[in-house]
Amino acid sequence: MAHRCPFPFLSARSRLRQPARPQPQSAGAASDPAAAAAPHPPGAMEHGSVTDSTASTFSIMDEDHTLANSVRFVLNQDPRVAFCGYSIPHPADNKVNIRVQTTGDPAKDVLKDSLQDLMLMCQHVRGTFDTAVTDFRRNNPTGMNIDQNKKK
Amino acid sequence: MPKKGTKSSKGTEDEPKQQQKNKLPEHLEVQRTRVVCKADAPTEGFQYAGAFAAMGIDNSVSADKFCKNFKVVVNRLTEDDMEFDMIGIDASIANAFRRILIAEVPTMAIEKVLMADNTSVIADEVLSHRLGLIPLDADPRLFEYISENDVPTERNTIVYKLHVSCKKGSPRLTVKSGDLEWLPEGSQLPLASPAQSGDKQKTYTSFSQSQKDILEKPLGVKFKDITIARLGPGQAIELEVHAVKGIGKVHAKWSPVATAWYRMLPEVVLRKEIKDADAEMLVAKCPVNVFDIEDLGNGEKRAVVARPRTCTLCRECVMGPTGEQVELRRVRDHFIFTIESTGALPPEVLFTEAVRILEEKCERVISELS
Repeated sequence: MAHRCPFPFLSARSRLRQPARPQPQSAGAASDPAAAAAPHPPGAMEHGSVTDSTASTFSIMDEDHTLANSVRFVLNQDPRVAFCGYSIPHPADNKVNIRVQTTGDPAKDVLKDSLQDLMLMCQHVRGTFDTAVTDFRRNNPTGMNIDQNKKK
Repeated sequence: MPKKGTKSSKGTEDEPKQQQKNKLPEHLEVQRTRVVCKADAPTEGFQYAGAFAAMGIDNSVSADKFCKNFKVVVNRLTEDDMEFDMIGIDASIANAFRRILIAEVPTMAIEKVLMADNTSVIADEVLSHRLGLIPLDADPRLFEYISENDVPTERNTIVYKLHVSCKKGSPRLTVKSGDLEWLPEGSQLPLASPAQSGDKQKTYTSFSQSQKDILEKPLGVKFKDITIARLGPGQAIELEVHAVKGIGKVHAKWSPVATAWYRMLPEVVLRKEIKDADAEMLVAKCPVNVFDIEDLGNGEKRAVVARPRTCTLCRECVMGPTGEQVELRRVRDHFIFTIESTGALPPEVLFTEAVRILEEKCERVISELS
């Protein structure tokens, strides 16, 4: 993550020099009074550049390693992703920043696809798990009886 | 496997090449799929999807590929504890399930204690804390969350009362969790005196109907033998508790599991044959009896790996003179997952709920991004 420059004009200049690069998101959002004063901050925000949609940082509120690390894994498996990673800017904030840089597709779409993939995987895990439990119960009737007695 | 039936002249030539293409050399395959635990430290392998792209190996995990390879095998399933193998999943997702189980699957727990009388030696706040940690036998899926300004109703609050006293001259009395009595009609403590004598007495809850009518089975505590306090002669406790729905992230009393953990499947490989005295030594060295002795006849003995699953990776076997001959590994995508429920929900339901919560998280972020 970009370090915070103690001299704002300097960082502003460096931004001017490289207009195509996405801005340092979390730093910008934290120091921007307009953003901080927003009445209902959304649960997920994209911080990217107007000209280049292939690289963005996504700020997701009320999430932690649980979602971010899983999504990071799924993103890393996507051939369209050039780089991705996540960070929790401060342990006391309920917020994660997920950085996605792609080889050409819009970062937002790629992230959404990854989340969709993760959901599919979860559904499959749930289905497989349920069948495995039913199979186990069928093959171990004693275990089933105990459970049934308990439920009644 | 390579496809057969193509041009016969080329087919024979292509086959070995293609086989080579689809398979990594053994040492790389070990790096890809195993964590090798050396005597000093484990070695890390590769995770990156294109790590072996140059060799024509696709190391990526697409949703399709995942669905094809994922497997679950249940090893043990009892009323409040289960163990199963989860095969073909990445640690990040397995860990997400574990984290959700511990911190985000909701349960019911005592949150408010209305103390009418407490002359016991245990202080009010300590007593309240003890009450909070008692596992309740109530299905959290039948209840709603209560927020700060909500009125406690039959849909979001469970009320219990504890009314115990020790008579003067009698021996000390132990108050157990079983003494908590469920009040399906709501609180019995008056909030304020009624404005008019004809009005119904207001209490700390406003139940519109009895919980007996909306629930299939009566509520209670999961274990009736948890000691809450001990009363001396003449001491008494009179209180009412309100249990609400919550998650372990807020307070551990809402965690539905005692523990949920996983470990990667251990794999013990003997690189060379270990015989006779060395074999005896190896068997004696292992504290969990992973190795056995096999009799080869004519007085010769050989060490074999009999129970790799019990291995705790203490690395005793990879140290010392026979250390070079043994290799300890863990299978990267094979997890032995254990869930110990505290009793509100059976372990298999807990896991299903955890997976569903991860799905909901994805859904929320997708909808918020668009």
